[in-house]
Amino acid sequence: MSIRLENISKTFGQFQALSPLSLNIDEGEMIGLLGPSGSGKTTLLRIIAGLEGADSGRIQFGERDVTNLHVRDRHVGFVFQNYALFRHMTVADNVAFGLEVMDAKQRPNKTEIQRRVKHLLEMVQLGHLANRYPSQLSGGQKQRIALARALATKPDVLLLDEPFGALDAKVRKELRRWLRSLHDEIGFTSVFVTHDQEEALELSDRVVVMSNGHIEQVDEPAQLYAQPNSRFVFDFLGNVNVFDGKLEQSRLNNEQAWITAPSSDVPLSNGQLYIRSHELALHNQATSVANLPLKVVAVNPIGPEVRVELEPYEWQSEQIWEADLSHAEYDRNPVKRGEIVFAEPKNAYFFREGCQQAPEQVSWDKAPQTAHVK
Amino acid sequence: MSTTLSAASAKPRHKRVLPGFGLSLGSSLFFISLILLLPMTGLIMQTAGMSWADYWYVITDERVVASYKVTIWAAVIASIFNGLFGLLLAWVLVRYEFPGKRILDALVDLPFALPTAVAGITLATLYAENGWYGQWLAELGIKVAYTPLGIVVAMSFTSIPFVVRTVQPVLEELSPEEEEAGITLGASDWSVFRRIILPSLWPALVTGVALSFTRSLGEFGAVIFVAGNMPYISEITSLMIFVRLQEFDFPAASAIASVVLMASLLLLFAINIWQARYLKRLHGR
Repeated sequence: MSIRLENISKTFGQFQALSPLSLNIDEGEMIGLLGPSGSGKTTLLRIIAGLEGADSGRIQFGERDVTNLHVRDRHVGFVFQNYALFRHMTVADNVAFGLEVMDAKQRPNKTEIQRRVKHLLEMVQLGHLANRYPSQLSGGQKQRIALARALATKPDVLLLDEPFGALDAKVRKELRRWLRSLHDEIGFTSVFVTHDQEEALELSDRVVVMSNGHIEQVDEPAQLYAQPNSRFVFDFLGNVNVFDGKLEQSRLNNEQAWITAPSSDVPLSNGQLYIRSHELALHNQATSVANLPLKVVAVNPIGPEVRVELEPYEWQSEQIWEADLSHAEYDRNPVKRGEIVFAEPKNAYFFREGCQQAPEQVSWDKAPQTAHVK
Repeated sequence: MSTTLSAASAKPRHKRVLPGFGLSLGSSLFFISLILLLPMTGLIMQTAGMSWADYWYVITDERVVASYKVTIWAAVIASIFNGLFGLLLAWVLVRYEFPGKRILDALVDLPFALPTAVAGITLATLYAENGWYGQWLAELGIKVAYTPLGIVVAMSFTSIPFVVRTVQPVLEELSPEEEEAGITLGASDWSVFRRIILPSLWPALVTGVALSFTRSLGEFGAVIFVAGNMPYISEITSLMIFVRLQEFDFPAASAIASVVLMASLLLLFAINIWQARYLKRLHGR
């Protein structure tokens, strides 16, 4: 079932939790609401569920206007971060709950309920735990049961509030994969909330990035990564180095450091270059493209890439820089802690000063001194 | 001695805030013996002088048996009333914000703080036929003061804090997510209350009601002023004990008291065992 949100807003007292926002979710889509805490993502999810009322706007499930419909009539499945299993009921009773509280007219008979509970428990691969109590289960098992419980009534929409937040990394990864395959198998529309960008990018068909009650960007994961449209999204997706430069003599300068400005067919200005950590090369001296002296703070060779942490040397940056080098690249020039190295960007995103628009993608060709705007 | 010392110091010792197990258990047991077990033993000793036949004769005296019935019935009704009303009061105190909430919260403890005789006299004046409540109730043909109904009123007045104070903390800890989960699954408000909230509150509520019941069994001060104390109709067991004492018949008084004691102890033990089983399920083994 598709979901349409129109001009949804919400305030809690003085606090504007959601500024008016609209969002369309297609049938069968899996959407990740991604944002830092306080960005309004959970509030939005709870408004979709009907656990919270919006101050303004309309919500439609398919053709049905559900704006003023009570939670229990919206027919959504909701999964809570801390599972919210009924502690005094067995696993089987938990899963059966949604079926047993149905109106006498719709309620399946006892044997049918038992059959469906059995089926659901097998689906979440926990059939052998039917008679246990929640307190006897591990976190991952509890969350699977919570999912089975939410799916028991065959909801039109499945909503998950940080479903894997309380689990350890390994279980989280496993459950993530499992949820995605379950989604593809059954085909429900689902919306989940997370603050983990990796989880959002890996699991969703489209990611909704939120901050301060706004939607910053809605895109497919690959698109989101390739073309973040704001500084916030860039920062939030992580591992980016920011060079804050003033334009002088077709160079962007920051005290002693400079980077050759991208080509001149677009009027240039002061601004910030956002350079991803794997788009940096390290040299022993300044190149024609850039003079970026950095002091090596730490080298971490574990994993597919060598991660080098760098501190700006005689110029200013708010954050420590990071460069991800391939092992081959690193072996050619093994930098050591305490050394001064010179970074050269290959590709970057340029945010003009005082401009809220999407960044321009820029790259520096190897051969000539010029760079050009794509 | 020296070997045990060195052996003890060789082991790593955990520092705890409270003194070790031996000392804390020892002093607890000592005080329990001093203020609980010893007086109870004294009670048993008093009755030990009686033969079984005498004991049986005293505790099955017709008037005493009538007082058991009155006391138990009144206590049952009072504690059931307290169960319902106390739950409501705890619910209001935990779930809602309103002006004067703190004052109401403090007032709940008043029956504990008030001398029970004061409560009894106040209730008797209020419910007397010319009292504030009594005159209205009289028009409806309901007599409270000097009837068994008065006993119920006095008992529920003195024991309501037990229910409120046992249910309140459990209610505070109840996670709203469980209720929300229930609603998203389509449960009506009543279903959520009956199937989700009540089972979680059940152990605390039953304990509160049981405490309220046992307290009512032994209530004396508040009841006698409002009960009228008519033999066979509105005499409570504690009064029978008092009457025997006034006759200087200590063994008989102790015999009747021992019956009340047994009843209370049995009930509390039973509740404890049941509750332990119930909670085991909730919190795992």
